[in-house]
Amino acid sequence: MAWARNLLRVDLSKGTSTNEPLNMEWAQKYLGQRGLATKYFVEEVDPKVDPLSPKNKLIMTTGPLTGTSASTAGRYSVVTKGALTGAIACSNSGGFFGNELKNAGYDMIIFEGKAEKPVYLMVENDSVQILDAAEFWGASVWDTEEGIKTKHGDPLIRVASIGVSGEQGVKFACIVNDMDRAAGRSGVGTVMGSKNLKAVAVRGTLGVAVDDSKSFMAAAAAGKEVLAGNAVTGEGLPAFGTQVLMNVINETGALPTHNHRDVQFEGANNISAEAMAEPRESDGKPNLVTNQACFGCTIACGRVSTIDRNHFSVKDRPEYHKASGGLEYEAAWALGAATGVDDLDALTFANFICNEQGIDPISFGATVGAAMEMYEDGVISTKDTGGIELNFGNAEALCSLAELTGKGEGFGAEIGLGSKLLCEKHGKPELSMSVKGQEFPAYDSRGIQGMGLTYATSNRGACHLRSYTVASEVLGIPEKTDPLETDGKAGLVKAFQDATAAFDSAGLCIFTSFAWTLDDVAPQLDAACEGEWSTDKLLEVGERIWNLERQFNMAAGFTGKDDNLPARLVKDAAKTGPAEGKTNGLGKMLPEYYEVRGWTGDGVPSNETLDRLSL
Amino acid sequence: MIIRIKLYAALGKYLPDGAVKNEADMEVAIGTTPEVAFTSLNVPLEQCHLVLINGLFVPPPERATRTLANGDHLAAWPPVAGGVR
Ligand code: SF4
Repeated sequence: MAWARNLLRVDLSKGTSTNEPLNMEWAQKYLGQRGLATKYFVEEVDPKVDPLSPKNKLIMTTGPLTGTSASTAGRYSVVTKGALTGAIACSNSGGFFGNELKNAGYDMIIFEGKAEKPVYLMVENDSVQILDAAEFWGASVWDTEEGIKTKHGDPLIRVASIGVSGEQGVKFACIVNDMDRAAGRSGVGTVMGSKNLKAVAVRGTLGVAVDDSKSFMAAAAAGKEVLAGNAVTGEGLPAFGTQVLMNVINETGALPTHNHRDVQFEGANNISAEAMAEPRESDGKPNLVTNQACFGCTIACGRVSTIDRNHFSVKDRPEYHKASGGLEYEAAWALGAATGVDDLDALTFANFICNEQGIDPISFGATVGAAMEMYEDGVISTKDTGGIELNFGNAEALCSLAELTGKGEGFGAEIGLGSKLLCEKHGKPELSMSVKGQEFPAYDSRGIQGMGLTYATSNRGACHLRSYTVASEVLGIPEKTDPLETDGKAGLVKAFQDATAAFDSAGLCIFTSFAWTLDDVAPQLDAACEGEWSTDKLLEVGERIWNLERQFNMAAGFTGKDDNLPARLVKDAAKTGPAEGKTNGLGKMLPEYYEVRGWTGDGVPSNETLDRLSL
Repeated sequence: MIIRIKLYAALGKYLPDGAVKNEADMEVAIGTTPEVAFTSLNVPLEQCHLVLINGLFVPPPERATRTLANGDHLAAWPPVAGGVR
């Protein structure tokens, strides 16, 4: 049990939906969510498929623990071939949607084909309808979610939808659920838009059963105790959110600034967790109103914020005066340090718009940063930008571009290409700070060496959520390693990658891993699911998933040459801070990594490795 | 000599008067160690988990022995941001 043992297949071209039993043999090998949906995807989709063609599929998937009483067990993921990257994409989201889907009796929904006209899917337990979405096409995520709940007269319906950005083909459109939680990266919302699928609305009341409920209650309670007793998950994340990292990473000299020209940002302390808690000069209120939790989460890292009503971004726009999803660290970095903007309210506004229109704030902010560098270098001018003066630090420009990109209009449509295509278009490919087309998150790999290897080898393009070695290199979790050293990082990255793949396949939030290891997860899975679920088995499952994703990417046309970083990070030394004079040592780490992975010198999984993992 | 002290998250309340955005300049005697500097501000040492001098991590055993130099930046976070003690 724990799995619903049932999946829903929706053919949008034919307008049909069918139930299928979940492949339980695969569930034992790939667990659920990221792993199991990737297995289905790889089996069913041609790796060379154009991400925006009807032949690409999109899977919304839960894990076996999703919907149970384990802490943070409300997660769901979207697996597809990414519109931004052309690589395997798997974006994970919290909120309440995943729990609802599982409670409706489904482990996953596989979307195939393309609807003739805009539709949304309405699922109420076993009743499944593909409905006309004409009235919602052109609406924001926020209006769509409200509109569907009102139309069906049920405020308890959970909705995952795309904004106008996803309809317009903005390459980094996300799928947003519960107003401000997003399957954010790699353009999964763009794929959804290409299928004319505006939203998925779910109401589920069937409950989620576990295999051995007594043991499960005990294991889940033990897990919660560990989270509560740990300073990061018990105090740090609830009080400060991930934003506590802003000053840590800046001080460490690894805060990418001005499109990675610099590694420290003068304005960091104006956009940090501490700044969010300080009363504003103008109205005496702090930016941060409260924290919030996703389904079943005992950590509650979410931020709820307001913007000063007199701030230029929202003056005379009362619709933005209420509290809404606030900045987390990666968004604050991309909207702030990457663009040189240190106006906290401007960043909060841009973040609201990213939620409202469904765009990934990391790729958006980083692409604006790249455009700002091209503007300052004279590569583009106000003629290209539609009159926007795009200097680093221009808060007004950031806010207007958020709105334009959210609607795919004006220069926003260009930003919506993502930094890789935008910089290539203007003859400056080297200014795109990305790997496999996806923009870096908030850690400069000259100052945190392991993150260079993490980014270069990430199966979904540059990403911190595939192997968060920052935990070890900066925060000392589970043990402290030197961020400026390359020695030992190959093994560290592999260990983080494999463990993360297991967490992502269970239905849990990766933030539990600040306190939990797989030793804390295994007993919960073992009690909830049939079969034996030990730490060793989970590590093997994680490694199998990693290699499966790798195989898909190689079949899609990626090679070891794509395990790379922009020249800036391996040639131009950091100018200040602890990493001053340093570049990233990818050249040394990569061959070591291939070796610990059991891959050939070209980065291809060897037959021995594939046999060992039964792939 | 003068050092720059930076105290973050819940340690902010121990900052000396006149601190702006979690940092302040502070006069200390030559030979001052991180622990001496923290103690002079009444920062509970068991609350100092992540300790950096000029951005570089100072392992716990060295916090009582490493001497600060004029102009050094000494930063500390409580356990909420990880770090080791
Ligand atoms: S830790 Fe944060 S992101 Fe993770 S489930 Fe809890 S509230 Fe959601």
